[in-house]
Amino acid sequence: MVSGLINENPTVYERKERRVRTDSTNTDEFSVEPIDQLEIFDILFFDFAIVNIHHIRDIRDPEHPYSLEQLKVLTEDSVEVDDLKSYVRVTFTPTVEHCSMATIIGLSVRVKLMRSLPPRYKIDIRVAPGSHATEAALNKQLNDKERVAAALENPNLVEMVDECLSPSFE
Amino acid sequence: MAALNNLTEHLEAFVDVTRSPTHHAESLKAIATSLEKSVLSINQLVVEMDMYLTTTDDVVRARGILLLAEMLDYLKPKPLDNAVVNSLVGFFTAKLAEWRSVRGALSGCLALIKRKGVAGLVTATDAEAVAKSMAQSVQVQSLALYDRKLCFELLECLLEQYPEAMINLGDLMVYATCEAIDGEKDPPCLMVAFHVVELLARLFPSPSGPVASEASDLFEFISCYFPLHYTHTKGDEASIPREDLSRGLSLAISSTPFFEPYAIPLLLEKLSSSLPVAKVDSLKCLKDCAVNYGVNRMKKHYEGIWSAIKDALYASTGTDLSFGLESLTSPGFEMNEIHREAVNLLQRLVKQDISFLGLVADDIRVKMIFDTISRYSRYEEMLDTSKLEVLVVSQILSVSARASVESCNTIFETFFVRLMNTLGIVESTSTGDLVHNENSTVSTRLYHGGLHLCIELLTASKDLIPSSEEDSSTPGCAQQSWCSIVNKFSASLIEAFTSAVQSSNDDCTADAYLGVKGLLAMGMFRGGSSPVSRSEYEKILTTLTSIIAANSAKTVKWELALKALVCMGSFIDQYHESEKAMSYMGIVVENLVSLVRSSHCSLPHPMILEATSEVCSTSPTYVEKMVQGFEEAFCSSFSDFCVNGNFKSIENCSQLLECVTNKLLPRVTEIDGLEKSLVSFAISMWNQIESSVVFSYAFNGREFVEAAMKTMRQIVGVASVNSQNSIIQKAYNVISLSTLPAMESIPLTFAALEGLQHDLSTRDELILSLFASVIIGASPMASIPDVKSLIKLFMVSSLKGYIPAAQALGSMVNKLGVGSGGTNTSSDCSLEEACDIIFHESFESGNTNSSDVTSKTICGSETLLAKICLGFYGSLDLQTRAITGLAWIGKGLLMRGDKRVNEIALVLVECLKSTNSSGNALHPTAMKHAADAFLTLMSDSEACLNRKLHAVIRPLYKQRFFSITVPILESLIVNSQTPLSRTMLHVALAHVISNVPVTVILDNTKKLLPVILEGLSVLSVDSVHKEILFSLLLVLSGTLTDIKGRQSVSDNAHRIIECLVKLASYSHLMVVRETAIQCLATLLELPHRRIYPFRREVLQAVTKALDDPKRRVREEAIKCRQAW
Repeated sequence: MVSGLINENPTVYERKERRVRTDSTNTDEFSVEPIDQLEIFDILFFDFAIVNIHHIRDIRDPEHPYSLEQLKVLTEDSVEVDDLKSYVRVTFTPTVEHCSMATIIGLSVRVKLMRSLPPRYKIDIRVAPGSHATEAALNKQLNDKERVAAALENPNLVEMVDECLSPSFE
Repeated sequence: MAALNNLTEHLEAFVDVTRSPTHHAESLKAIATSLEKSVLSINQLVVEMDMYLTTTDDVVRARGILLLAEMLDYLKPKPLDNAVVNSLVGFFTAKLAEWRSVRGALSGCLALIKRKGVAGLVTATDAEAVAKSMAQSVQVQSLALYDRKLCFELLECLLEQYPEAMINLGDLMVYATCEAIDGEKDPPCLMVAFHVVELLARLFPSPSGPVASEASDLFEFISCYFPLHYTHTKGDEASIPREDLSRGLSLAISSTPFFEPYAIPLLLEKLSSSLPVAKVDSLKCLKDCAVNYGVNRMKKHYEGIWSAIKDALYASTGTDLSFGLESLTSPGFEMNEIHREAVNLLQRLVKQDISFLGLVADDIRVKMIFDTISRYSRYEEMLDTSKLEVLVVSQILSVSARASVESCNTIFETFFVRLMNTLGIVESTSTGDLVHNENSTVSTRLYHGGLHLCIELLTASKDLIPSSEEDSSTPGCAQQSWCSIVNKFSASLIEAFTSAVQSSNDDCTADAYLGVKGLLAMGMFRGGSSPVSRSEYEKILTTLTSIIAANSAKTVKWELALKALVCMGSFIDQYHESEKAMSYMGIVVENLVSLVRSSHCSLPHPMILEATSEVCSTSPTYVEKMVQGFEEAFCSSFSDFCVNGNFKSIENCSQLLECVTNKLLPRVTEIDGLEKSLVSFAISMWNQIESSVVFSYAFNGREFVEAAMKTMRQIVGVASVNSQNSIIQKAYNVISLSTLPAMESIPLTFAALEGLQHDLSTRDELILSLFASVIIGASPMASIPDVKSLIKLFMVSSLKGYIPAAQALGSMVNKLGVGSGGTNTSSDCSLEEACDIIFHESFESGNTNSSDVTSKTICGSETLLAKICLGFYGSLDLQTRAITGLAWIGKGLLMRGDKRVNEIALVLVECLKSTNSSGNALHPTAMKHAADAFLTLMSDSEACLNRKLHAVIRPLYKQRFFSITVPILESLIVNSQTPLSRTMLHVALAHVISNVPVTVILDNTKKLLPVILEGLSVLSVDSVHKEILFSLLLVLSGTLTDIKGRQSVSDNAHRIIECLVKLASYSHLMVVRETAIQCLATLLELPHRRIYPFRREVLQAVTKALDDPKRRVREEAIKCRQAW
């Protein structure tokens, strides 16, 4: 087990200005609003916005509630979505190459999307190329439905994921 | 002595440190009360406490002394013997030396020193002893937080109350303070400490005094806190906000001129820091220093301060000058706090010492400005640096000018003339004529930067006038040199601004903006001594008015000019400038009103109306004028329409009426006399209609009729009873001269009614609708002539499908007879009679079945009107109209709480049955109308029968109707035979339920919930009912969230969930889906075991909703799913 923090002093980035929806006054009752990039991003952030991945296990330090967004683990551009083909791909960037939290982040993202998107969607979670030491293994692990299912049967893991997903209050 | 026995107990309790704090407080309180009631004297207490005060046990002694101190604190308002006080002070003073009991000693001293205005004061010598002992034996910084605070408070108190004694001590106090403050870190203590420094500085003002000699040390101790910065932003230190503390520090620093050699350099240094807080604090503090240190001491630092101010201004000014509408009366760019403080400081300095202005005037950057200005002619072309230059310099100059009259003079003498030369604006000669030699170049050399600078200066000088006019002893501003300078240039300035406005085109708003702003600045000089002469002022008004009149589209220029005019108008009204008001009236108001009157001008009608109403609402006199103008305009365009068939003018008419309703009517209470002119407006409307006998052109001007009705209704609504009477009288005259009365005599046979399909001319229709509006708006007090025939008239016309007539009937029924009790015989007809007419008489001549009319005042299903409703006679049209009419009449009766409404409800319910009592099948349309009639009955209507229109409203009428109808409808639903009637009954019930206050529903949740759920499922079949479905769903969600309904919700959980799950995929209305999902989420508050069985079902439904076409539904679904 790692005893200290994995990345003790993460770089914190400014939060990007959120794109504001312009067509909110859509009056047509029967028009269809397709699921888009921003919506997926909002799903990932409005609900479980602030998760201090680096402090999950050992310490809870309320002084540093960084979100995945502030750490640039996830950005809006890293979400690709095609509503017609029912396909989402999320690419995330762990902060350090050996981040052992990467699996947890990936799993949380997957669970969140599974719970929030219609079942017709195929979800693909990837680590950004070159950002992690065991990139291939990680990608394989995250997209193997058997292994994900198995992971979700592990009560410890489920608890940890739920903790990540529980809405936190700034 | 019981008191004494208790005393020992209490003493023991307090001294025992192992007991809880509440225990301590209790015993303290008990002793204090007995002291206050004089059961126990302080002497007795001391004697009694002897052991505790002198024991060798340190802890007990400390507690004992503290107890005594606390007691004295309680006894502050109670007179004590001087000897007692004297000995007590001596005691505490002695105890100060003992560190173990220092808290008690400190609070004891403090309590005694704080005594004022009662017998038993501490003498000056005692106070001196206290101070000496404290200075010599208390190590403030080695004490705990609370004790330190006590020390500072003691110092503060001593300095405040015994200044002479403290002066005797001299150096000692200053040393003690220095020592005490050194290293202090807690805001509450610092707050007091800063005040102590301030007091010290006040006590020793002499240059040879202790403060002067110790200034450098003392300053060192307090300056290390500057600028204040809290490391812990949250939590415990919330008691003293940073602003207060920094204010205290600033006061301490600026307290004595002796700090000057140390303070100013420090502040200037901190000003150059990059921390915004430091800058703001330094600027504030410098301002305080400037006030307190005096001109002579500040003088040597002027250069440093000036360059610091300049830097701050340059750094804090943005380069965006807004040319927007809202910035017409403001500086036009954003100001942050640094900027504001820098401006304040500059103004302060200039005000205090005019020689500071020399620095400003000699500054190279300020001098450079004229080159910069003349380099670019358009603001957009300027480089950012030059923009900044212009903005900052204009700020500096205008602020300095604003500081005092002298500075204004200097600035104008030095800069304004030069600026004018740069701009090519020439002086007018003494005769007032312009020197025309450079006239051609004026238009070409309009430098925006220069204009901006010029406007800023003018605005600044304008602000000076009020202050110089307040006391008449000072010479009026006309004598001041700045004023004469402005006066010299005013004519050509106005010309320059005018040409700027006129030359501007749409793509360049800067020209228009600067021009209008300049004109506004010129027009806002106050008083008779203003540098702008009357003719020039009038010229400004003319220019602005002509801009408004000339434009044919709503441009920025137009809006700017309008806003400027409104500003000037309210300015005149605010300062009561009668002379200018006359010019304003003559030029602006008259012109605009005449524009309204003339139907032929380039400006679109709504824009004229907007301009006129905006401008005229600045003062009551203008409003009167405007209403007159409107009146004439209405008459002329109405007659123009009637005679020439000009459709444009009828359109103008309706726009005008709309303007009256929207702009004027809401302000009736604010403006005196508006009501009167509006009433005359209404009467002239009637006159006009009366005089235009023939409508030579038929028109389908629904819009106009509606606008006219609305205006009429609201005018009558706001008018007093007398004016209402006159309007009614007028209207009645018109109506009795028209062809309408003929209708009263129409034999009310069904054949005749059928034959009367289209015989109302447009004019009659207009008159009828307007008259109905008058009746609707009238108060119960107003007298309505010839009620009986009017009722007949409305009856017939409502049966012919005129809804206003039906509403008027409802309104009449509602108000009849209420007002007649006191004042006058307002009607020749009581409510009884009116109902008689409505329900019986009108059809007595009917040729069929008239024998049915037997019962006198009952208006149940036996009456003829009811029979029409039920479709016995006449066509379907007649039936639906009768139902609608009945609904309005019912509403009138319902609101006044009349019993007859029950019968009406029964008739309506009868209509909802698939087959009525006599076996006739009812047409679906009629049923639909009957169901909607319940909506009419229950909902609040905008058009009639509301509080504004003087309806008689009994409290709780909705509840009453609810309790009457719901059981009937419920039982009918159970027994209904056909699906159609079932649906209709549900619609009716939903109308009733959703319009009644939620609390009523909550009281009856148990009974209603099944019906609501059934209704929801029945109504969800057809998309026609989506609106009512939604309101019913809202009722349901209301019951779900309330604690009262919890039990029955829990009982019905399965049905509710089933219903909500179905509604979650309701395809016709998004809000229904959204609300249904929200309701599902709220159901989670029910006990877990109750809802767990439905988890699967709900999750399925919500998962489906995740794929909803609407985003909001999806978002709700995500939340809901997460929750389940």
